[in-house]
Amino acid sequence: MRTEATGYPIERIRADFPALQQRIGAYPLVYLDNAATSLKPQSVVDTVCRHYREESANIHRGVHHLSQKATEAFEGARDKAQAFLNAARREEIIFTSGTTGGLNLVAHAFGAGLKAGDEIILSTMEHHSNLVPWQMLRDRTGCVLRFIPITDDGQLDLAAYDAMLGPRTRLVSVVYVSNSLGTVNPVARIIRAAHAHGARVLVDAAQAVPCRPVDVQALDCDFLVFSGHKVFGPTGVGVLYGKYDLLDAMPPFLGGGDMILSVTLERTVFNALPNKFEAGTPHIAGVIGLGAALDYVRGIGLDRVAAHEEGLRAYATALLAAIPGVRLYGTAPEKSAIISFVLEGVHPHDIGQILDSRGVAVRAGHHCTQPVMQRFGIPATARASFSMYNTRAEAEQLAEAVRAVKEMFA
Amino acid sequence: MTVSDELYQQVILDHNRSPRNMRALANATHQAQGINPLCGDEYTVYLAVDAGGIIREVTYEGHGCAISKASASMMSQALAGKTIAEAHGLFDAFHALVLGKAEAATPPCELGKLKVFSGVWRYPARVKCAALSWHAMKSALDGQGKTSTEDAL
Ligand SMILES: Cc1ncc(COP(=O)(O)O)c(C=O)c1O
Repeated sequence: MRTEATGYPIERIRADFPALQQRIGAYPLVYLDNAATSLKPQSVVDTVCRHYREESANIHRGVHHLSQKATEAFEGARDKAQAFLNAARREEIIFTSGTTGGLNLVAHAFGAGLKAGDEIILSTMEHHSNLVPWQMLRDRTGCVLRFIPITDDGQLDLAAYDAMLGPRTRLVSVVYVSNSLGTVNPVARIIRAAHAHGARVLVDAAQAVPCRPVDVQALDCDFLVFSGHKVFGPTGVGVLYGKYDLLDAMPPFLGGGDMILSVTLERTVFNALPNKFEAGTPHIAGVIGLGAALDYVRGIGLDRVAAHEEGLRAYATALLAAIPGVRLYGTAPEKSAIISFVLEGVHPHDIGQILDSRGVAVRAGHHCTQPVMQRFGIPATARASFSMYNTRAEAEQLAEAVRAVKEMFA
Repeated sequence: MTVSDELYQQVILDHNRSPRNMRALANATHQAQGINPLCGDEYTVYLAVDAGGIIREVTYEGHGCAISKASASMMSQALAGKTIAEAHGLFDAFHALVLGKAEAATPPCELGKLKVFSGVWRYPARVKCAALSWHAMKSALDGQGKTSTEDAL
C-alpha cells in the first residue's frame, strides 16, 4: 500500500537520489539509516563534481578567475545557509567540519570565558559529541556539568531542568531532536527559561534540520550546529550559527591562514567574522555541495517533508508496535521519524544483520548515546530512521523483515 | 545462499536460544573479560585447569549477539578435556576459520562442530563477534585479565 499524502512528489524525489535505484542482492534498497547519514541527490553530486572539474581553486586569496568563481560559490553557500536558518546576518554562519566540529569550537572559544564553578547544563539524551567536549572543558577549567534527566517515555524532565537553572548557569547545550529516541525537545521553551537566568543556549540541530524548518531568530538560540551530511549534503562539512555579538566577543579556536588580518612574528590581528573562525583552507567542495543540498531541501519545502515524515512515523510505529515482542524506546508525544526498538530474545545486531539480508538498512548499537542506553538499562537498540524519500511501502517491508527475524529466532 | 544458511545456521540459533555452560565458575583457575567496544558485547570467560594442565571446565557470562553467544557456548564445549596446548591450537584454527583462511592454518586442527562458523568471514563486521570469547579464553590462559577486539584483531 503506497499511499503518500496527496501532492507530495515522492516519485520525483526518489528519482533524484541515485543511491535509491540500487538493489541489495535480490531486494530493492530500503534505506532506513538516515539518522546516521542521508543519501545525496544528484544535484549535490553534480555540484561537488563540477567544482572539482571546473573551478578547483583556493578561495579568498586569488585574483585569478577560478579562485574568484570558487570564492563566489563558497560565499554563496553561506548566503544559502543564512536563509536556511533565517539568521540575521551572513557573518553569523561559520562553516565547520560538522556538528562535532561546531561543538568543539564553542566548547573552546566560548569555554575560554568560563571559570571554576560556572555551570553548564546538558542532558542525558546528548550524542557523545555534545558530552565529551564539555567533559574536556570541565577538566580544563573546573566548571560544573549538570544533566537534565530523561523521563520513561523519552522526554527531557523540564521540572528538573528548571530547578537546575541558577545564577551560576552559563550555558545550556541540548539536542533538538534525539538521534536515538527521536524525541523533539521543546527547545524554544528551554531557551526562554535559560535566558531568564542570563544563560546562553546551544542547540544541536543535527537531526532537526533534515526534517523540520528551523528558524534561529524565532527560537532565539545563541548557538546552533548541524552537519551537512545528514541534510543531504557532503560529509566533512557543517554549520555553526552564533549570534554576532557573542561570536565577535569570543577568542578564535584554531589559528592559521584566513583567520588573520595581519601577522608579525610577535602578534596577530584576527580577521572579522566569519573568517575569524574559519582558519585554513576549508572543505570548499563540501561547502558548495552543502549549498546545493540546502537548495534542494528548500525546493521541496521542509513543512511538507515534516508532514510526510510524521505520516511515516505514525504508520511505521503502529506496524512495529503490533509485532509481539517488539518494545519501542522513545514514545514521547513529539517525535521525529526515528524509531528505536528491541525484539525480545534477539540482539539488535542480529536484527540489523537479518534486515540487511532483505535489503533493509537500519543501525544497531548505542547510536553514540551510551548514557541513553544506561538510562533504559539496555546495551543497544535497533533503529529505523526515515527521511523525505521513504515510503509507507518501505515501512511495511521493515515490519515484514522484523517479523521474519522473530520467526527465525523463535 | 541466504544469511540464515551462511551465518545463522540452526546450530547457532540453538546455542543462542539455550546457551550451554553460561554461568560463573567458582573454582576457576583462569579468567578474562572480552569486550567489543564497537557494539558493547562483553563476556567473561572462566577456565578450570587441573594440575596436569588439562582444561576441566569452561564457562562464561555476559551478553552479546547470537553469533558471539553461540560461539562462547560451543567453545565451552569444545575445550573441555583439552590440554592448554590443544586449546591454543584450536584458537588458531578457529581464528583462521572465521577470517576465511582455514586452508592456511597449520597444523590442521579438528574443528568439528565449530565449522558452522565457516561463513562468518563473508560478514567482516561479525568476525569480531565470533572471535570475542575465544580471545578472552586466550587472554585468560596467557594470564591477561582483559582483552578488547580493538587490540586483538
Ligand atoms: C544529535 C546528533 N548530534 C551530533 C552528531 C554528530 O554529528 P557528526 O558526526 O556529523 O559531527 C550526530 C550524528 O550522529 C547526531 O545525531
